[in-house]
Amino acid sequence: MIEVKNICKSFDGKQILDNVSVNFDEGKTNLVIGGSGSGKTVLMKCLVALYEIDSGTIIYDGRDFTLFNADEKRDIRKEIGMVFQGGALFDSQTVAQNVAFPLEMFAKMNPAEIKERVDFCLNRVNLPSAHELFPSQISGGMKKRVAIARAIALNPRYLFFDEPNSGLDPKTSIVIDNLIAEITEEYNIVTVVNTHDMNSVLEIGQKIIYLSKGRKSWEGNKEEILDTDNEEVNDFVYASELFKRIRKSSRDR
Amino acid sequence: MGAALTIQTAYNIESPVIPLYAVGLATRDSIILEFSPTIIGLILAGKVGSNIASELGTMRVTEQIDALEIMGINSASFLVLPKIVAAVIINPILIIISMVLGIFGGWLFGTLGGAVTTTEFVYGLQYAFQPFYVTYALGKTLAFAFLITSISGYFGYYTEGGALEVGSSSTRAVVYSSIFLLVANYLLTQVVLT
Repeated sequence: MIEVKNICKSFDGKQILDNVSVNFDEGKTNLVIGGSGSGKTVLMKCLVALYEIDSGTIIYDGRDFTLFNADEKRDIRKEIGMVFQGGALFDSQTVAQNVAFPLEMFAKMNPAEIKERVDFCLNRVNLPSAHELFPSQISGGMKKRVAIARAIALNPRYLFFDEPNSGLDPKTSIVIDNLIAEITEEYNIVTVVNTHDMNSVLEIGQKIIYLSKGRKSWEGNKEEILDTDNEEVNDFVYASELFKRIRKSSRDR
Repeated sequence: MGAALTIQTAYNIESPVIPLYAVGLATRDSIILEFSPTIIGLILAGKVGSNIASELGTMRVTEQIDALEIMGINSASFLVLPKIVAAVIINPILIIISMVLGIFGGWLFGTLGGAVTTTEFVYGLQYAFQPFYVTYALGKTLAFAFLITSISGYFGYYTEGGALEVGSSSTRAVVYSSIFLLVANYLLTQVVLT
């Protein structure tokens, strides 16, 4: 479990995260939702210490991350996998090299074992024949899947996804969502997903945190979000015509 | 560069007092002391410096550097240090090649154009030769290699924003590398050669 207690973060005097407290549970897909500029990405980058928080604590399974020095943070990051919005694949490396990279850096494996693990990870994300392609030669959806393969290569205990569906078509988005849910269940890890995609919320939102203007405004799950009284959440959920129609038809029934 | 230097020197010392072998001597010393380390250094600041800054800047804005950090890798040393080491090893080799080519070009075009004879040019090359000049030039090259890669690495690594800022970082890397290189050139000359 990751426990976040009263964290605050500001940039140039502008408060981006304001006293946010939340627990991210093991074996569940924990979704952080909210509009653009609500602080989702900053929260995620604070969780993995890419940004230093101004105050508060972040506890990884009883270990207070905020008290760690740079080397200790690097050690705990070896238990973390992260999939960035654009995939963040290394341009100069092939798909297989990208997935092998963390293994070559940290796993005590010989080349044959690394190859076997790379094959396993790429098969796991349904990319069995993309080994020799470069990131510039694959689609956005494939990049996301390669990034997921790279993130799970070292069997992380904590997995973070920043807008995994941005720029993807609805069908590919569902493939990615299902992959996230399957991996979370399979490895029983803590998964945190930043998204503003309502389809993802309804597909995999086992725990949902709604952020608004840097504050936690609501917490629940995918069943509760459709019936909440929280106006901000309703504005967000029912912003699209599709969801307005779903609500209307369910009320008509 | 060596050819132009030889021809210009030859046509500017048309004097019965100054022997023609001075053309070879001037070409040798100019190329070894200044033209090769400094001019090639400036060219490398433009080419290598912009390359390093734009590569690291792109890695920064596309979150590749964040991805390295998340993996628990010290991204600054992982990305910048090999570039510094590579430049410190390779730049002196390039400078030696440029010295040889510069002097060869001076001899070739100086003799083909009739500005100087082979005998005079070669005599000038050997006249009062100080091996320390080569050591000094290579020492300067090492300092320049460090400056170019570390300054460019700094600007690239700390890029913030998008494509526009990557271009801006690249420009600043070249400008600052060149300025620091010229200042270092003056300081090293002042300290070591006087």
